[in-house]
This record gives sequence, structure tokens and C-alpha cells, in this order.
Amino acid sequence: MKLLIAIIQPDKLDEVHEALVAAGITRITASRASGQGRAQEMELYRGTEVAASRMPKVRLEIALNDEFVQPCIDAIVRAARHGEGERGDGKIFVLPLERVVRISTGEEDRQGI
Amino acid sequence: MRKTMFAATAALTPTAAWAGDVMALPEDSGATAWMLASTALVLLMVPGLAMFYGGLVRTKNVLGTMMHSFAAMAIIGVLWPIVGYAMAFGPTQGGFVGWDSEKFLLSGIDTTWIPILDETRRIPEYVFAMFQGKFAIITPALIAGAFAERVRFGGYALFIALWSILVYNPLAHIVWGGGFLTGEAIDLAGGTVIHISAGVAGLVAAVYLGARHGYPRSAMHPNNLVMTLMGAGLLWVGWFGFNAGSQVSSGLATAQALTMTQIAASAGALSWMGLEAALHRKVSSLGMVSGILAGLVAITPAAGHVQPLGALALGFAASFVCYGAIALKNKLGYDDTLDVFGIHGAAGIFGAIGLTFFLRDTPEHGLATQLWFQVKGVLVAGGLSAVATLLLLVLVDKTVGLRLPHREELAGMDHALHGEHGYGLMNVN
Repeated sequence: MKLLIAIIQPDKLDEVHEALVAAGITRITASRASGQGRAQEMELYRGTEVAASRMPKVRLEIALNDEFVQPCIDAIVRAARHGEGERGDGKIFVLPLERVVRISTGEEDRQGI
Repeated sequence: MRKTMFAATAALTPTAAWAGDVMALPEDSGATAWMLASTALVLLMVPGLAMFYGGLVRTKNVLGTMMHSFAAMAIIGVLWPIVGYAMAFGPTQGGFVGWDSEKFLLSGIDTTWIPILDETRRIPEYVFAMFQGKFAIITPALIAGAFAERVRFGGYALFIALWSILVYNPLAHIVWGGGFLTGEAIDLAGGTVIHISAGVAGLVAAVYLGARHGYPRSAMHPNNLVMTLMGAGLLWVGWFGFNAGSQVSSGLATAQALTMTQIAASAGALSWMGLEAALHRKVSSLGMVSGILAGLVAITPAAGHVQPLGALALGFAASFVCYGAIALKNKLGYDDTLDVFGIHGAAGIFGAIGLTFFLRDTPEHGLATQLWFQVKGVLVAGGLSAVATLLLLVLVDKTVGLRLPHREELAGMDHALHGEHGYGLMNVN
């Protein structure tokens, strides 16, 4: 089992979510995040362009059985890209996951995900 | 606005038809003050509408939706003094539209006066022109709720500019400004001119543009119902200027209109609360504000002409009508996003026709004739709006484009169209 954490741009959330559902991954957690990566984005403030710091991002957390890890990565990469090689589209981290418990039933691990 | 068919000869607008010497009348500072206040109150409804609509859409569209209301203040706020007032309240040109080069750019009304409702005193024409201008602003802003979350900003701006010129101004002229329904249909403050025309335009636009991506299968939660409730509160307060100001006086008639407005709004809210309690065992805040609006819309044409029992009945029944209209929409499956037709169209039609049965004074020509006048008003307003709206939608869509491209719709209007986001305060930055 793996825990996948993805940082993506907020405007791609719906596209990524739809791609995940299409890949059979329906249980996700999304939250707001702020961060600074390689991108140097410009924002418009009262008609003036200013350099943005700590841009708003969306953080996805998805617990996955092993066979779903690659399809999940593929779906996110495909849907979250604004263009080939464009900076600021985000990152995906895959972490080992030790144990999962579903609160309502007490089911664990493979069944619990 | 000041048409009462009980004074059918004086039914035309102050500016169009009054034959006497207005300068012989004394100035009415009381009516002037109330009309100035009403003008400000009606303008307050526009940011109120922005908050009402803005809270109901998804987080990614909150600014784009509020911008629709604010853009109307910018666009119609400029068009109205240039041509709008001349088209709506100039001498009639064949019954459909007015024109007066003296009113173009408001050039000829710098020092002119008009009589108040009972023609015993006078107020500056500027205050009447500006009061009317606020109605012209809010009407296209109402339509925006029907196609929220899926239109381009430029296309929207062009659409409301053309709609104001080709639908609103002629309709205001037809019903209030000396056109062919003036003195026939009772419409104190815009049941037909504003709510039916906007409601029908919204219905046509929602069907023409198609549903939002994912509708109706995916839940699309309101981003901020707190803001929606505050917006509804501003609308209710502003509506006192809307209805009572439409009496163009400050006296008994104003007090009557204000009283009926209050009663119908409360009755509508209470009725919707009861409906939800009975059907769902829970009273929702969105249901509460929907009921307030249903009551306010229904009393808009009637406020000057019915008594408290009539206001109670119209407000109470309006919520049932709107509740049914929205249930029907859900069955039919078209995406009138914020229920512009379900609330403004349905309650507008209901109020315009229903008021006939609660009139304070029975008109000389009898209730049956009056009922026909009301139905005619509904048909003219709905018909004109439906046909012209469809033509304008096709025109704008084929030229500058109206429907937002799929990708941008998914990304949201705030990011795609305005390069901003509404809730920066939720992020550390």
C-alpha cells in the first residue's frame, strides 16, 4: 500500500478529479495549500503585474493498493499539466503506507482502503 | 411607473403626457428626498444581488459571478443616461419605443421638473431619470444567474448592453413610458418589465447555452451561504426603495406600497419555511431566502394596488408557485443555475395575474377586462424578451462567443477570466 500526496494547481482540480474517477480511483482527500516551487508566477493587482510568492495550491492525499499506484500517477500527470514542461504544475510524492483502518467497520488494510 | 388605470388619462409618465404647467406647482422637497433615498436603495440591491448570486456558486466562480452584477453597474450605468432614458421615457414612436433628442445624454433635463403621483407638486426630473436607471441596471444583472459559471466575460458584457437597448428600454416604454400597454396593465415597480422579462430571458439563455459540465449528476455546492443570506437581506431592504419609490411621491401611496412589500416578503419566507418543514423536516437557509425573494417579486407589480390581505395571499402563494417551478425544472433537466426563471419568472407571472383578485379599487372596466390586461402584459413582456433574447444569444455567441470553453469552465471563471481568486484569506501567502 502507498500513500500518494500530490500538489497541483487549483484550476486543475476538477480535471484531475475526473481523470482519477475515470481510472477507478474514487476516494480522495483534497485540501488547500500554499507553496513555492520552481514557478515564478505573475499576478495582476490593480492593473500592475506583481511576482507572486507562496501561490495557492491544492494538496491531494490518496491511499492506494499497489496496483493502482501507476494508473493514479498517470492520471494526475496527464490531467494536471498546463503544457509540456511548464513550471508550476506541481509534484507527486509516493510514500509507503503501514496500516489503514476504516472507522465505520474496523476493516483493515486492503479492504480498508 | 406612475400608471394607475384609475386615472387613465394621466396614466402616461410624468414627462411624456402631463399637459399642465409643471412650474406652477410647488416644489416637493419631501418627495425629492424620498426619491433620492429610493434611488440609492435600488442601487444597493445590485451589490446585494452580487452577494446573493456570488455565495451560491462554486468557490472557483465567486468573483466571476459577482462581476456580472458589478459589470451591469458599469455598462448600463453608462448606457442609460446616453440613450436608455430617451428610449424608455421619451415621447412614444409608434407605441414600442420612445425617443426624445432632448433626453439623449440627458441634455435637456438639466433644469426640468416633473409632477409627482397626484400632480400637486413637482420634483427634479434628474431624480426620476436616475431612479429609473437603477432598474435598468438590475434587470440584466438578474439574468446572469441563469447562465452562471459558464459564460465569457466579454460576451456577457456585449449581451447585456444589447439586451438593455433592445429589450429593457422598449419594454419599460411599452408598460410605463407611454407605449401601448401604458395605463392598461398594472405594474407598479416592474413585475413584467423587470422580473418576467429577466426570468424569461434567463430561461431562454439557460436552454440555449446548455448545462454546466457535470450538471445535474455532480453536486455543485454553494461556496458561501452566509454571503447569500447577507445579499438577500440587502435585497429586501433595497426593495422598499424599489416598490415605495415607484410611487414617485412621499405620502399615503408610498406608505401603502412599503407596507405591502414588507408583508409579502415575510409571508413568502414563512410559507417556504413551512413547505420545507413539511416536506423535508428541515428548514434551510437557502429556502428561507428563496421565499423572501418569491414574496418580494410577487408583490412588485401589486404593492400600490392591493391591501394587506392581498399582500399576505400573494406572498404566501408565491413560494408554492416558485417551489413548484423549481421542482419542474429539476424534472425537465435544463440548467437555470440560480433559478432566475423559477423565482423571478414564476413569481413575476403569478404576481402580475394574481393581483387582479385583490385590487383595492375595482376598475371601471371591470375585473375581467383588467385580468385580460394583466395577461396581455405578461405575454408581451415574456414574448418580446424570449424572441429578442434568443436573437441576441445567437448573435453574441457567433461573433465574440458566449459559452466559456470547456477547459476554462473546469478551471473556473475567477482564474480563467479574471486572473484572481476570491478566497485568498484561506491561504497563507
